[in-house]
Amino acid sequence: MDENKIIEVAHLKYEYPQASRLALNDLSVSINAGEWVAIIGHNGSGKSTFAKSLNGLLDLQSGSITIDGLPLSIETVWDIRRKIGMVFQNPDNQFVGATVEDDVAFGLENQGIERTEMQRRVQAAVDRVGMTQFMTREPSRLSGGQKQRVALAGIIAQQPEILILDEATSMLDPKGRQEVLETIHTLKQETNMTVLSITHDIDEAASADRIVMLDKGQVIDQGTPAEIFAYGQRLLDLGLDVPYPEKLKAALTKLGVPMPADYLTTERMVDHLWTLHSKM
Amino acid sequence: MNKLILGRYIPGDSILHRMDPRAKLIASFYYIGIIFLARSWPAYLLLFGFTMALILISKIKLSFFLKGVRPLLWLILFTVLLQIFFTRGGTVYWQWGFLSLTKFGLLNGAYIFMRFVLIIFMSTLLTLTTPPLSLADAIESILKPLKVIHFPVYEVALMLSIALRFVPTLMDETTKIMNAQRARGVDFGEGSLLQQMKSIIPILIPLFVSSFNRADDLATAMEARGYQGGEGRSKYRVLKWQTRDTLAFVAMAVLTVGLVILR
Repeated sequence: MDENKIIEVAHLKYEYPQASRLALNDLSVSINAGEWVAIIGHNGSGKSTFAKSLNGLLDLQSGSITIDGLPLSIETVWDIRRKIGMVFQNPDNQFVGATVEDDVAFGLENQGIERTEMQRRVQAAVDRVGMTQFMTREPSRLSGGQKQRVALAGIIAQQPEILILDEATSMLDPKGRQEVLETIHTLKQETNMTVLSITHDIDEAASADRIVMLDKGQVIDQGTPAEIFAYGQRLLDLGLDVPYPEKLKAALTKLGVPMPADYLTTERMVDHLWTLHSKM
Repeated sequence: MNKLILGRYIPGDSILHRMDPRAKLIASFYYIGIIFLARSWPAYLLLFGFTMALILISKIKLSFFLKGVRPLLWLILFTVLLQIFFTRGGTVYWQWGFLSLTKFGLLNGAYIFMRFVLIIFMSTLLTLTTPPLSLADAIESILKPLKVIHFPVYEVALMLSIALRFVPTLMDETTKIMNAQRARGVDFGEGSLLQQMKSIIPILIPLFVSSFNRADDLATAMEARGYQGGEGRSKYRVLKWQTRDTLAFVAMAVLTVGLVILR
């Protein structure tokens, strides 16, 4: 096995009871350590099922998952859960503790970590996400973005190697989303953790190292954001969105403005436009 | 909902606020127990003096306590009147059929009234000075000996703390659902009793379903964070017993002795 591969998934199959088709159908993918991978796909493409299967929250019908060299099984599931931190979609429903500090400590309590160490880690994690002055607040007095940052702090305190964001920003306002993503970005730079973000948000996907596209429980394509977003119309056909510069490109092409075929980031779009302008 | 004083917490920084919740819980129950020792005016005077002193220490306005009595006023009046008119003995002041106004009756009525007020004051004092979460911690700590008979102490404590944490969330959701149903033309609190009961259904069912969804999400999130049940967990919150807590029990003991002498 390649040393560098932290997540290896082979031929995953899963069917929800009373569902007409497989939620995951022969899904295989591998993710390198320290990589930021975005999993995209329309509703019902199996993204969330995939995320939950990774740390054994779902019983798989067939296929294998290997996390950091450990094959997922009944015996290893708790060790694997220590390696993986998950942030879910709904900020309210994953808040276990009665206050911010209790919630951040919850995962540490489960691991039976000694109290002084726990206090140190909780404080560090809460500082990390910028929630220091809210330590003793109850969840009902926090905003959605703040709750999601607390969820993130709970994961940071556990110091996992892999962070899975299961549509973690989908219920937040643009500002909250921005804040949460920035925190994750700096965190990733410092600890070099592997981030797997399952998302509808195209800007979040654009900042990933690699995008994996799912459809009907299968990987239909993967590549760098530049490669994937160059598909333009095909993404829209799959029920996905394209980043803003791509939309602008399509609109300008329609008006007869010459545009390059490959993917443009905002900076490249600006560059392209001013070069075009100076040539006119 | 804001009218309810019983069970509310008022943040503060008095000695009572800082006491160990276990000490407060046990002392309050003990106090309610010894109220029944008092059977004379001096004894009640002592109890009232003691309670007032505690209220003064707590730095909470007396009006909060009076508001706490209000919802139970009818029950108190009913019991007091029952005592006054149906107790016989001592000098008879007035009699009509089976109703009689006697010395003992009046005395008993007054005692019952004072007992009620004292019990309500004390329990209100407990909840006003203790956050619900600390109370849950205290209950867990007090129940711990029951582990010997395989009583699931950890689970009960977790249930209690999750329940308390979700109370405001579910209240918000109830308001939201009510408003959503109102916007669709449901009238709450109008019409006959049967109609009013029927109009509760469009709140209850969605609330029920969403609670299931919440429970499912929460269980998944807890499992993902490594929750394997109560065994082998460490605790972030630790209750600390201090001198003032021991002092509270000394005060209770002194009070008991005083009551026994004055009864």
